[in-house]
Amino acid sequence: MVGSMTEPAVGRAIDPVLFDWPATRPALRGARCRDCGALGFPASASCRRCGSEAVAPEELPRRGRLWTWTVQHLMPKEPYRSSETAATFVPYGVGYVELLEGLCIESRLTESDPGKLCIGAEMELVIHPQWVEPDGTAVMSFAFKPV
Amino acid sequence: MRVAIVGIGIHKFGRTPDRSGLQQGVYATRRALEDAGLRWRDMQFGYGGSYSSGNADALANELGLTGMPFTNVLNGCATGGSALLGACREIQSGAAEIGIVVGFDKHDRGAFNASPAEYGLRPWYGEAGMMVTTQFFAMKLRRYMHEHGVSADALAFVAEKAYQNGALNPHAWRRTPMSREQIRSSQMVNDPLTKYMFCSPAEGAAALVLCCESKARSFTSKPVFVSAAVMRTRLTGGFEVYAPAISADAAPNATELASRAAYDAAGVGPGDIDIASVQDTEAGAEIMHMAENGFCAHGEQEKLLCEGATRISGRLPINTDGGCLANGEPIGASGLRQIYECVLQLRGTAGSRQVPREISTAYTHVYGAPGISAVTILQR
Repeated sequence: MVGSMTEPAVGRAIDPVLFDWPATRPALRGARCRDCGALGFPASASCRRCGSEAVAPEELPRRGRLWTWTVQHLMPKEPYRSSETAATFVPYGVGYVELLEGLCIESRLTESDPGKLCIGAEMELVIHPQWVEPDGTAVMSFAFKPV
Repeated sequence: MRVAIVGIGIHKFGRTPDRSGLQQGVYATRRALEDAGLRWRDMQFGYGGSYSSGNADALANELGLTGMPFTNVLNGCATGGSALLGACREIQSGAAEIGIVVGFDKHDRGAFNASPAEYGLRPWYGEAGMMVTTQFFAMKLRRYMHEHGVSADALAFVAEKAYQNGALNPHAWRRTPMSREQIRSSQMVNDPLTKYMFCSPAEGAAALVLCCESKARSFTSKPVFVSAAVMRTRLTGGFEVYAPAISADAAPNATELASRAAYDAAGVGPGDIDIASVQDTEAGAEIMHMAENGFCAHGEQEKLLCEGATRISGRLPINTDGGCLANGEPIGASGLRQIYECVLQLRGTAGSRQVPREISTAYTHVYGAPGISAVTILQR
């Protein structure tokens, strides 16, 4: 992790499917099925529930509640990418955040202190740098931070 | 028609630096053939697989190229269960009478690092640090503890039991009992799970010789019959491994689907099960899987643990060979290791870890990425 977790930097999105970047009010993008009504994340070409190809993008709420969480204490192997080394790795929080009734999104959390993470806590979307390319471009991913 | 298990073989689990995964598979296959009093060339077909150690068909390079049909299986944690299922169908269809099922593996140290593309996910999921199976188990457990009141002590209790059972098992990897305090105070990996509450990727192999029911007693005086062998995958929104989004009001998961189907196929219920092997990727998984497989209600596990019900001497011994915690996890081999153990117990030949009463019905269960489960019910 480089820079501040909370101050958006310029750069590019880790995957343009997930959210628009740069953006003043970024939001995660899901897909709603026109046939069965299911809302999925991330947006994909077809509905995960019924297989229909009639899906349309839908912006997800920016706030939700922490549904479960853990802390990753060991640096993952590839395909994990960051600008850290094993020596500089900082444990990170991971959780599922319930954004809508019945829809929980898996996300990194800006908080990794177990004493400060609590099921049911209100969380807010932030866009943060995941790694920096050799040319200096920050690659931005999403996370949720306690409100 | 039921299918009989008439030969079983295993290669020691853990680390065997001088043998490849495939060679461990060859070793287990030879032991299973010896156990049945049969030769490789007697096998009319084979099913087998590994996740990291190549095609099981290559066993024939060491055992003999006999021209028999051999199907390689690559189905994650359900590799062994899927191989067994294929073999049972082969015999039940009348296409063959005798065949071999084998699973083996040899993984690098440290957590698995799967590729998102293999699971239909885009690279960001791995790059951002979410393609980590241990996180899934910890998050599922955290939610489960919140909803059903399982304590952190219960986790240490399950791991302690695993290493106690492992100490009685000559082919287990971790054979030194560990105190609950040692388990609790080991390195934190994914809250609330410490290092010794997790199994580690490892090595090992197991093999079975199967035949049709009518021929079973010509190879063994103690055949064990496969009353159910089923495999299921996940439903939309289920809380499963590698799921970028789930439903809070989750549908039945892959384990619950496989379990119900297995009870239906065998015509028995959870109350008929005498011993069980369930997926214990980590200590909490064994606890959650006890309820998902029907052995108790959600939240009732701690009471059973306190009573000692799941110990070898208890009324429903679970993971009598030490499970994945004491044996490690060679993906292609674990499901067949469970069956090997249950056959030993049903034959009454499990030595110092033999359950101390008459048993007739055993249950095995595996669960793994990306939300797949295989269950078998075995009867004497």
